[in-house]
Amino acid sequence: MKDRGYYEGFGGAYLPEILIATFDELAEIFQKAKDDPVFWQEYVDIMSTYSCRPTPITFAENLTRHFGGARIYVKREDLNHTGAHKANNVMGQGLLVKRMGKSRVIAETGAGQHGVATATMAARFGFKCTIYMGEVDVRRQRPNVFWMERLGADVITVREGTRILKDAINEAFRDWVTNMDTTHYVLGTACGPHPFPEMVSFLQSIIGKEARRQILEKENRLPARIYACVGGGSNALGIFKAFLDDPVELVGVEAGGKGLDTGKHASRLCSQDASIGVAQGYKTYFLQDNDGQMKETHSVAAGLDYVGVSPILAQFAESGRIRFQAATDREVIDALSLTIRKEGLIPALESAHAFAQAFKEAPAMSKEDIILINQSGRGDKDIFTVADAFADPKWQEFIKEKAEEYHA
Amino acid sequence: MLEAYLKNRLKEKEILLMTHIVLGYPTFDDSFNIIESMVNAGVDLMELQIPFSEPIADGPVILHANQKSLSRETTVQKCMDFAQKVTGAFDIPFLFMSYYNILFKYGVGRFTEAMAQSDIKGAIVPDLPPEEGRDYLDAMEKHNLVPIFIFSPTTPDDRMKYLASFGKGFIYCVARKGVTGVNTDFSNQLKKYLARCRKATDLPLALGFGVKEKKDVDFLKGEADIAVVGSQTIRLVDEEGVGAVGEFIKSLR
Repeated sequence: MKDRGYYEGFGGAYLPEILIATFDELAEIFQKAKDDPVFWQEYVDIMSTYSCRPTPITFAENLTRHFGGARIYVKREDLNHTGAHKANNVMGQGLLVKRMGKSRVIAETGAGQHGVATATMAARFGFKCTIYMGEVDVRRQRPNVFWMERLGADVITVREGTRILKDAINEAFRDWVTNMDTTHYVLGTACGPHPFPEMVSFLQSIIGKEARRQILEKENRLPARIYACVGGGSNALGIFKAFLDDPVELVGVEAGGKGLDTGKHASRLCSQDASIGVAQGYKTYFLQDNDGQMKETHSVAAGLDYVGVSPILAQFAESGRIRFQAATDREVIDALSLTIRKEGLIPALESAHAFAQAFKEAPAMSKEDIILINQSGRGDKDIFTVADAFADPKWQEFIKEKAEEYHA
Repeated sequence: MLEAYLKNRLKEKEILLMTHIVLGYPTFDDSFNIIESMVNAGVDLMELQIPFSEPIADGPVILHANQKSLSRETTVQKCMDFAQKVTGAFDIPFLFMSYYNILFKYGVGRFTEAMAQSDIKGAIVPDLPPEEGRDYLDAMEKHNLVPIFIFSPTTPDDRMKYLASFGKGFIYCVARKGVTGVNTDFSNQLKKYLARCRKATDLPLALGFGVKEKKDVDFLKGEADIAVVGSQTIRLVDEEGVGAVGEFIKSLR
């Protein structure tokens, strides 16, 4: 591997020897695809016929009026097939799997969105599929497990470590070091060893390419700020990349959990609890202790509940090109509630982080300013978590009755 | 130096034994007793693993040992202190094995200095290919420590030579794809792979992953220089306790 995938010292490929040849092959295949205009065209074609690309931008007129500040637009990645931006990455990697001639895909999943997207892609392309999911996430995202299994995937519950996303990634790597001849690991975010950060953000860059064109068509000018939630960082990089050279402020919103001062959060780039380290094959900011042991993370949104962050985002955090903020679970639930009521949009809990931060800032902005929020996924999949967060009594009653039906 | 020590020992023994334990598992006292039994049973060198929360190259047995050790508040400093005690008490070479983040967070310079002070001879860092390990290699060199590099069945011949150019002491040959602690097929294919490893380097060859009984060790005689026993002793300690270790090691050769 000639290019080790460094971004101002972040990234790299810290791999066990057994995987080096696999990564060399992947890096080569990806580079060829990236340089091949036919690949991008094939990718755009499949995303426009099998998914819903280009996804629209929606002017959030009621929210704009409510806050009385900037004009709020929403990029609708929730309208992708399977309900999130994850489909972009997955279908693109599926095309690469075909080029590599492999027959099986594996993936980790946190919220379950990436797992469902991968299982869908596998069904469509005829690949065998295994999804690794932490036990905690299996419990909070049961509907996605149901769909993955219906789509023909084996869902393996990971009971190691903290039993969430990072542990699912470890298990997927352990599968891969055994089965790399037949198997591609469809990593779901712009993290991990090179070439994953570059590859995933390349495939997700379709979001920003469309959004830039769409906002210019509608408003004939660029937005002042763009907001995206940041777990691993794929939807954020996807929308930000096209605007890096523009005078647009880019805001990444991390999971503030129960608050940055409680230790119960997943904020790597704007809390004091993270430091630079090397794990899961790459160098970035990790939530770790002084010995380098990874800490437990917390977020109401399973998809943001991760110890590391894209090395490309770590680079932009250091350079100051992207501003990072955190939104707490409470702020996120409130923002979600407001968005549902005012616009009839149901963002995923992950995406609602971006909304929460935008809502904090919009009122103080000029009415001439435009802001763009990336709605990376739809929230109806979160019904169990959201219903709990709202402590909805009618829902609880329904669940109890349903359970009794099964007992009968 | 380690290489000379190994080559000397090989004049007397057909094959050497290296064992692997996870520090602080089940407890540091147990670790000490296990080492004592192993040394008394004739083990030639040992890997002491400093536990890490994300050991991606390890299978379930060693993974759980890592997690349990950490849950009992094992720290890098405790491992360093323990290493000093062990090297003072036993007259075989000891190596550290850990993942790169442990060295990185401790400070690679400080880590290697502490290794040298504790008379640890070298290190195995499975997630640090030489391309990412310049600081590490310089620091190891500075303190006369041996960086052990790994060959795998997927490593092409030219890369084996490249890795061997950085390696000292011996080369750790991974027997197969997969993680530690899973069965290995001791077959002609493995012999061919070891022959390929032999062609790439003059360093002694250690073979690890899936070595768990006498017939595996017998198979390796004449093919490799060192048999590495890792997960199997940990499994034994889990099932039969520390007292079973000595007999088991003696039964291997």
